[in-house]
Amino acid sequence: MQMHETDVLVIGGGPAGLGAAHALRQLGVGRVTLVERLDQTGGVPRHCAHSPFGMREFGRLMGGRRYSRLLTQRAQEGGVDIRLRHSVVGFSAGRASVATPDGPLEIGARAILLATGIREQSRAARLLPGQRPMGILTTGALQDMVHLKGLLPFRRPVIVGSELVTLSAILTCRGAGIRPVAMLESEVRPRVGHPWALFPHLVGLPVHYGAEIVDMFGSARVEAVQVRQRDGEVRTIACDGLLLTGRFTPEAALARLSGVGLDAMTGGPVVDDTWRTDMEGVFAAGNVLRAVRTAGHCWSEGRQAARSIAMALGVGP
Amino acid sequence: MIDGGIFDVAIIGAGVVGCAAARGFALAGQRVLLLERGTDILSGASKANSAILHTGFDAPRDSLELACIKAGHAEYLDLREARNLPLLTCGALVVAWSDAEAARLPELLAQAQRNGIDDVRIIGGEAVRGLEPHLAPTARGALLVPREYLIDPWSPFLAYVLEAQALGARVERAAMVTGGTFDGLAWRLETSRGRFAARWVINAAGLYGDRVEAQLLGDASFTIKPRKGQFVVFDKAAAPLVDHIILPVPSERTKGLVLTRTVFGNVLVGPTAEEQEERERPTVTTEGLEMLIARAAEIVPDLGGMPITATYAGLRPATEEKHYRIRHEPDRHWISAGGIRSTGMTAALGLAQHLLALQGGTTGPYTAAPVMPNLAENRPRDWQSAGYGEIVCHCEMVTRREIEAALAGPLPPGDFGGLKRRTRCAMGRCQGFNCLGRLAELTAGQFEAPLTVGAVHADA
Repeated sequence: MQMHETDVLVIGGGPAGLGAAHALRQLGVGRVTLVERLDQTGGVPRHCAHSPFGMREFGRLMGGRRYSRLLTQRAQEGGVDIRLRHSVVGFSAGRASVATPDGPLEIGARAILLATGIREQSRAARLLPGQRPMGILTTGALQDMVHLKGLLPFRRPVIVGSELVTLSAILTCRGAGIRPVAMLESEVRPRVGHPWALFPHLVGLPVHYGAEIVDMFGSARVEAVQVRQRDGEVRTIACDGLLLTGRFTPEAALARLSGVGLDAMTGGPVVDDTWRTDMEGVFAAGNVLRAVRTAGHCWSEGRQAARSIAMALGVGP
Repeated sequence: MIDGGIFDVAIIGAGVVGCAAARGFALAGQRVLLLERGTDILSGASKANSAILHTGFDAPRDSLELACIKAGHAEYLDLREARNLPLLTCGALVVAWSDAEAARLPELLAQAQRNGIDDVRIIGGEAVRGLEPHLAPTARGALLVPREYLIDPWSPFLAYVLEAQALGARVERAAMVTGGTFDGLAWRLETSRGRFAARWVINAAGLYGDRVEAQLLGDASFTIKPRKGQFVVFDKAAAPLVDHIILPVPSERTKGLVLTRTVFGNVLVGPTAEEQEERERPTVTTEGLEMLIARAAEIVPDLGGMPITATYAGLRPATEEKHYRIRHEPDRHWISAGGIRSTGMTAALGLAQHLLALQGGTTGPYTAAPVMPNLAENRPRDWQSAGYGEIVCHCEMVTRREIEAALAGPLPPGDFGGLKRRTRCAMGRCQGFNCLGRLAELTAGQFEAPLTVGAVHADA
């Protein structure tokens, strides 16, 4: 078993984790180790091709990929030990078990910051009815495929949701030559405010509010969805995919499995006003706490949590 | 043109029964042809079950079903270690939730004893709570069945087919039987993958068993009445909440809802029992899933609010009668194994012995057993040893090494579902939010139905 000792272990390399790790170094913490399970840091923004990111952090606007690169670069230059392809499988106060391609690793740390972010709710968690063919995915999976892998999961999907991320999903579709056939929202009005709500109309996408999916067809790949409209009429929409957008949920499974207390309302760890969870020496910041705030907000929370951690370790001004 | 010469036996259907039978006949030294209409094995009724290795404590007395369950249970225990197949020896509790149900426990005990399951006993409410502290406090008592176990519902059957293949069996997937004739010595079968000849036909076509009979024999001896079962899988965080398999006191029609851990570290509740005509569409329904979640939270209150990892539905090949439907026609070299419902996964190895005996074959000794990759959480997983490359599916901790091994195996998955069943990839709580893109890359060119429909054009 390999061992590694550090002062602060940051779990998760998105805006909150990168912001916190860099701030910890600036505050004078000697050893800061950030573990990221993917082969790339940046978190959700790394597959967002569009603006706006970076105003708060860098004083200018940029796309998500550039933003992710700059945050990473800044943390590295600040002396953060960033370890990719490191998956934390469990932790307790002062200690984390990590899977790495070189074999299991135990990391001892004086403090741990959980910054594991969010994901969109799956088809299963939404309890959607129908068959279970291929072609049902979330915005995150779509953007990973399109922007990072150059692959198209479908050409004529039905889009579910009407949050800000839905607009991001529509932009990704348009950029990749995907032509959504309809947009469905189970609420009777959009979840984003005017004027964003006009956007789907502007790009000619039929929008149905108060619409529920009642069945899904296709054995290998999605062929159609059946929708009950607000007026009660049931219609079948031919499509080759279903794009589930939004309904973010904290990626809190690691916290849950490790015994950190979660908030029943938010689904994320319970923290006090110094970002402490109910486990000794374990802090949490960013979107793992709740769904969903901007990258800039999470970055800023990470920096605040860093100050708290530094204080707890007796480091800093 | 007949492909592959004359086989000794053609098995129609690579579900649990067909896979076990392929091994059984191959071990007997026979030349086996396994025909499957789906693009991979286990893609019909067999893909959705509760993964319980039954004892037969509640099976009909003196039935073939009981005999096959007992033989299958015993043979699985005997062969699993050499094949690296998992077993959770958790036991089951048939829990009585009312005095009326508690009054029926002695009857279940007597039935179990008649069936030769003699380690079964009745325990009181206090004892139930001692064994299962998270169970709702209203349990009145239970029948404890120590040898009801949990297994991986897919790997064993892949192992049986690999073993048959190593003994020379031929596996044809996407091979739908479209016609056939018997000339007194052998069957000539027309399939969507060509023509084949075999001395015997074993009909293990599950949901299509009656249609295969009608097509090849001219009449069907039973009618399939598909019975849908929906399931909900709770997050791994739920696993510490239950130890035993929690069963209800059964009714006439169904064994009722099971609440159980899985060897993959989740908690499962299901199945519903819904009759339907349609054989192709095992759909989940929002109402059905909500009912399962609500019922699970009645049984184990701490499951309330637990995240949902997966939902699925399967169709059981029930018939108009409860018992297994065996049709043996020695003159026409034909055996059907129809109406193999919930107990089929356990009974399959026993059925394989029975089918071989009916045909007149005799089994040979075990041969070199394929060592299967372990997917169960109670034994070391691949990610725990160095050199795995990368974790592809983070929820289920599936490595690139595992995916590549599955794709390069002697029976590589024929579709994405087959890859999921061989590795567990994309079966976890995010259902592909993180890994679908990487899986699309790794499986490019592998499946007739790929994960993607094309590439992003530079000019788009």
